[in-house]
Amino acid sequence: MFKAAKVIAVKDLRIELRSKVVLNQILPFVAVVLIIFAFAFNKYPALLVTVAPGLYWVTALFSSLLALQRSFSLESENNAKDALILYGLDPAGIYIGKVIAVLVEMVLLEVFLTLGIVFLYSTHLHELADLAFSSIVGTLGILAVGVTFSAMTSASKAKETILPLLLLPVVAPVLLSGTKAWENEIAGKAGLGDPWVGLLILFAAAFLALGTLTFGSVLEE
Amino acid sequence: MNRRRWVAVFGAFALTTVAITYVMGLWVTPPDVFQGNLVRLIYVHPAVAWVAYLAYGVTSLSSIAYLWKKTRNYKWDLLAASSTEVGVVFTALTLITGSIWGRPTWGVWWTWDARLTTTALLLVLYLGYLALRRVTEDREQRAKRGAVAALIAFIDVPIVHQSVVWWKTLHQSATVFNADLNPKIHGEMAWTLLLGFLSFTAVYLWMVIKRYEIAKAEMAAEEQGIEEAIRERVGSL
Repeated sequence: MFKAAKVIAVKDLRIELRSKVVLNQILPFVAVVLIIFAFAFNKYPALLVTVAPGLYWVTALFSSLLALQRSFSLESENNAKDALILYGLDPAGIYIGKVIAVLVEMVLLEVFLTLGIVFLYSTHLHELADLAFSSIVGTLGILAVGVTFSAMTSASKAKETILPLLLLPVVAPVLLSGTKAWENEIAGKAGLGDPWVGLLILFAAAFLALGTLTFGSVLEE
Repeated sequence: MNRRRWVAVFGAFALTTVAITYVMGLWVTPPDVFQGNLVRLIYVHPAVAWVAYLAYGVTSLSSIAYLWKKTRNYKWDLLAASSTEVGVVFTALTLITGSIWGRPTWGVWWTWDARLTTTALLLVLYLGYLALRRVTEDREQRAKRGAVAALIAFIDVPIVHQSVVWWKTLHQSATVFNADLNPKIHGEMAWTLLLGFLSFTAVYLWMVIKRYEIAKAEMAAEEQGIEEAIRERVGSL
């Protein structure tokens, strides 16, 4: 399983290194969203600091939708998904590999996003290690469900509209817990013992387990 | 009596119990000391909310039955889809009746309370499930993907609930099934409340049976269409 995961993750990241879709399209998207939020709160710029944790997670969630769609559009060209199955790769391995590849891309996007929040919104961050931990676990939760949904919808005619409709309600707890964890960490109130971080860990663990178990059913068609 | 007749009789029974609940709730029971006539919504609102949860419970169980290879059968898939459709109707009814009660009581149509938020998320969660089924044309794919999506929703609901409970809470605590199991209402009001639960559960069962029969007929029509298309092609060779 881990060998297959490594093969898929390396393959996807190599494609990204060559095509630079995340760098050239999703990264600028993150920048645009950061600027648009500033317009939305133009009357009260100080509010941006207060709502920065929520904006961080909303932006992360929207960009993860794009990264997930990109990840599976790679497999829908020339029926590459069928080839993966014919190679005899373990479905659980394909699933883990996809999650890892998109996670690496998302971590880079979120570093950029955090810098944007610090410089554009004048937010002071403390407890950086805790912030990084909750961000990674939260993103892992989003991707654990997102990869499954993306695999289900990538070949359908309505793939652009169906993925957000499926994913956003399911990951609502990540948005809520991630925002609360960030608020507490920025206020220096709680670290890893924060129940919100616990909820993020539970979410990621539950959906990684479910994804690993059911990905075979999603692929084998 | 054949099966169709039984279903018709059961439907008539379900609608009659709803009519009795209606009469009891609007005319026979007294207004509440504090809430006045608003209390009459209690005969509908908790009952339809219960049915929504029951419907999603049935969806989850039948989806698991479909995914498990030993019990895999399209019947489970059709049951899951039928139950979800009815569940979505009852979830929307829960939100609407709750909103009608909330406006005069809390002063707002909507508030970000734990149960309200969970219910609203439930509605969009299962609307997504139905949309996924609509865009998936192949029957086997639709059944498998639907079952996995239903399983994701099933695991998600308690986490959603826990997260919004921590977030904030303002809702009434349960009236009959509270922690010390000591009902806070009595007499004809309690009977009407229980009748409401019974009648809406019966309506749910009837609607699911009807929807399931339609789904089965749709599947048969689809198969017949494929067979005819094959026959046409083979005939033209």
